Amino acid sequence: MSDARKASPVPLHQQLPLVFERSRPGRRASQPPTPAEFDAAAVLGAENLRKEAPRLPEVSELDLVRHYTQLAHRQMSIDANIYPLGSCTMKYNPKVNEEAAKLFQDLHPYQAPETVQGALELLYNLQHDLGAITGMDAVSLQPAAGAHGELAGILMIRAYHRSRGEGEQRRVVLVPDGAHGTNPATAAMAGYDVVEVPTGPDGEVDLEAFKARLNDRVAAVMLTNPNTLGLFERRILEIKEAAHAVGAQLYYDGANLNAIVGRVRPGDMGFDVVHLNLHKTFTTPHGGGGPGTGPVGVKAHLAKFLPAPIVERRQDGQFFLQSDIPQSIGRMRSFYGNFGNLVRAYTYIRALGLEGLREVSGYAVLNANYLRARFKELGFTVPFDRVNMHEFVAQPPTGLRTLDIAKAQLDYGMHPATVYFPLIVKEALMVEPTETESLEALDNYVDTLAEILERSVSDPDYLAGAPYNTPVRRLDEVRAARQPVLKYDFAGN
Amino acid sequence: MRYIPHTPADVERALAKIGAPSIDALFADLPEALRDPGIDLPQGMDEASLLEHLQELAAKNVASGPNFLGGGARRHFTPSVTAHLAMQSEFVTAYTPYQPEVAQGLLQATFEYQTIMAELTGLPVSNASMYDGASAVAEAVLLTIRQTGRDRVLVSRGVHPETRAVIATYLTALDAELEIVDLDPHTTRTPDVGDDVACFVAQQPNYLGYLEDMAGLTSAAHAGGALMVAAVDPLSLAVLAAPGEYGADIAAGDGQTLGNPVNFGGPAFGFMVVGESLIRQFPGRLVGETVDVDGKRAFVLTLQAREQHIRRSKAKSNICSNHQLTAVMAAINVSALGPQGLRDLALGSVANAHALAAALVAAGYAPEVGRRYFNEFVLPVKQDPALLRSALAAHGVHAGVAAPAEYGFGHAIVLSATESTRPADIAKLIAALNACGEGPGSAQGQEEAVAHV
Repeated sequence: MSDARKASPVPLHQQLPLVFERSRPGRRASQPPTPAEFDAAAVLGAENLRKEAPRLPEVSELDLVRHYTQLAHRQMSIDANIYPLGSCTMKYNPKVNEEAAKLFQDLHPYQAPETVQGALELLYNLQHDLGAITGMDAVSLQPAAGAHGELAGILMIRAYHRSRGEGEQRRVVLVPDGAHGTNPATAAMAGYDVVEVPTGPDGEVDLEAFKARLNDRVAAVMLTNPNTLGLFERRILEIKEAAHAVGAQLYYDGANLNAIVGRVRPGDMGFDVVHLNLHKTFTTPHGGGGPGTGPVGVKAHLAKFLPAPIVERRQDGQFFLQSDIPQSIGRMRSFYGNFGNLVRAYTYIRALGLEGLREVSGYAVLNANYLRARFKELGFTVPFDRVNMHEFVAQPPTGLRTLDIAKAQLDYGMHPATVYFPLIVKEALMVEPTETESLEALDNYVDTLAEILERSVSDPDYLAGAPYNTPVRRLDEVRAARQPVLKYDFAGN
Repeated sequence: MRYIPHTPADVERALAKIGAPSIDALFADLPEALRDPGIDLPQGMDEASLLEHLQELAAKNVASGPNFLGGGARRHFTPSVTAHLAMQSEFVTAYTPYQPEVAQGLLQATFEYQTIMAELTGLPVSNASMYDGASAVAEAVLLTIRQTGRDRVLVSRGVHPETRAVIATYLTALDAELEIVDLDPHTTRTPDVGDDVACFVAQQPNYLGYLEDMAGLTSAAHAGGALMVAAVDPLSLAVLAAPGEYGADIAAGDGQTLGNPVNFGGPAFGFMVVGESLIRQFPGRLVGETVDVDGKRAFVLTLQAREQHIRRSKAKSNICSNHQLTAVMAAINVSALGPQGLRDLALGSVANAHALAAALVAAGYAPEVGRRYFNEFVLPVKQDPALLRSALAAHGVHAGVAAPAEYGFGHAIVLSATESTRPADIAKLIAALNACGEGPGSAQGQEEAVAHV
């Protein structure tokens, strides 16, 4: 063990060594096939060989199991904790999806099409299902994440305007001030100037301000509906009319599709492009921040720009990868997308069927409205207080900081809401319980919050010091940024 | 199936608290004319029927049989312990570690991942992962354009065709110029790098399997003031010179070979590792070490001012989620293998690729083995690679990744071996090639092979 560890005032059992600190020369946790003996320098060229060996962990199999099991125990997750992060849709990830994914995991992407007909059929079916759910005419499953789907979508809109000779003229993308950060970042990455549209007093896009920013220089309008306040944009059809009247394309950020799935479709609302986050509405695991999956759907006039390849079916019933899309924006990534997650999402959609998906939005909205009512009883303010969709945004009782309340919740084994987003609400807590939480779980969440608020009154220092019982307590984030330590320092050993 | 816990009594209680008459009444804001459209989806299924449906689909695939497919994804040996540990519920069903006090598991695992990638590449700063190899290299190219203010990009033809395609997609919006540097025909010609060039991208081993003179190519890039992007297979770095050793500024690529299933192409993960001077332009999440209020070591997402959720339209990239779980799976796998195990996989692949080439030569074939190669090489063939691949599959062998016409070998395939390739597999491949009419002196074989498809 390192000297730093010995000198640490922290009890050993509370501090987990790095896998590198567990390492002892010569230990191994696995035995791959032994290679034939040969002279690597002669075969590969001495000049091509590395000079210094990489310092990689050397641990026994039990050491390895203990290490990663103990790490897992220092990690909150949906499977263990309520996790109502607004906008992130942390709902239960069914285990049958995992079993389904394993059935396909050994297929190589370059196998002969005759040997992957089942995989291609699944992709074909999923393209259909997602098109039907969103009301779009064509779907590409290639993008690897929501933001990646956004980039594909905006690049398709760019290609569309260019094909009409309006590429130079249309330089602007309109984005509401409450939008996810990926929206403006995507528009900028695609070479556009971003113009913000303010939110009106009812929590929806300010229609007059929106119209004032609309002109024939606008390439696209990016919207999330319901928006990041959890409110349905009731003037969506007027927004659509106005956008299309100046030749702008309407982009649907599918992050909140779970609020309306099975009930109303982006395509019917007039959206030209939609991306979906399969890890939100369609239960593929978040994996601690990915892999997500961000398929993109378009109306017929944009289908010729989809990223290649997409799966098509021949008259003889055989499925194949269609790469011959002459006006395609090109590839977004290698191969065909995050196939393993596409299997999981397909399994989920086929498990539920249409009626099941309609229940998803119904119960997600029921739970969110129940929780909003209970938050208000506790003294939280809901700035745009009306029937919300799958999530709502609240502010803590006067004088309390959202961050402190969030940290206090951690001690109770509960994950806080999304905090300080959207940026247009001060001290925002954005709460999304999802349909898979029971009312008891929601009640427990609220009762705990009540206890935290009571303790904050009886003990004024309590909140600022929380959390107390987590694996680590509040971190020095300034130090992390000012003196970045981004890898293990071997020299210290 | 449904995953909803509510009883009818729960629904009543919730509606009473809300003050709404029904669940459907909560959707009054939706445009009435658009509600409940006919959506063409099948009925839901019970679990047994669902699994039967998925198993039926899976049964239409063939994953078994000798496998000589590479081209950026390979089926390497992975110890059983890797998937068991990576697929623990706590890792699989967590979100991005925005509350670090309760996310030390994934944060520490990611810090360890960053260290492993830094060690393998010989460069100091790894991010927490990217989507895949192709998009990671494309993001690396964008980074060099931001860093240098130049707008011309040189890319070796030896870089995977799909990676080049993704670079082209990412560059369209910037109106930057993409120029391909040809091979000679196995390895990259030394380019003339002008002072308008942001970066030079070369792949090691290249798409055809041959070893590039990465030191020489790096010198050529630096001579013009351009940054060098090394697109690398991280498993090969157990043996081959690290990008940091030959002076590359950025190493990027696909991490699948470090212990992810091939998954029909995804998800695996992309990686990007850079020199210190590029940190401010670095896309993606970074985990850093710090301490908590008690002085305890802890890990946290850091330098977030580069990212979209803080900087919005001024961010370095729009990337939000990455491929955290599959990257952690790779870190676990590398830890399970250790330096010796990783070397065994790399050297075993080299040994078997060379044994494969020797067996082909002995059988009268003419693989392109005049240049040094790693675990893949080119085999010129008589028929169209796509047709040959199908014909070989009919004989139970997976082989025939195309070396496209742009490489100038006529009809040609790239063959790949791993540590798990057995002499019996090689014999089966050669027998299948012979049966498909590829054997030397097989006059009518070509027609037979085409007829077979």
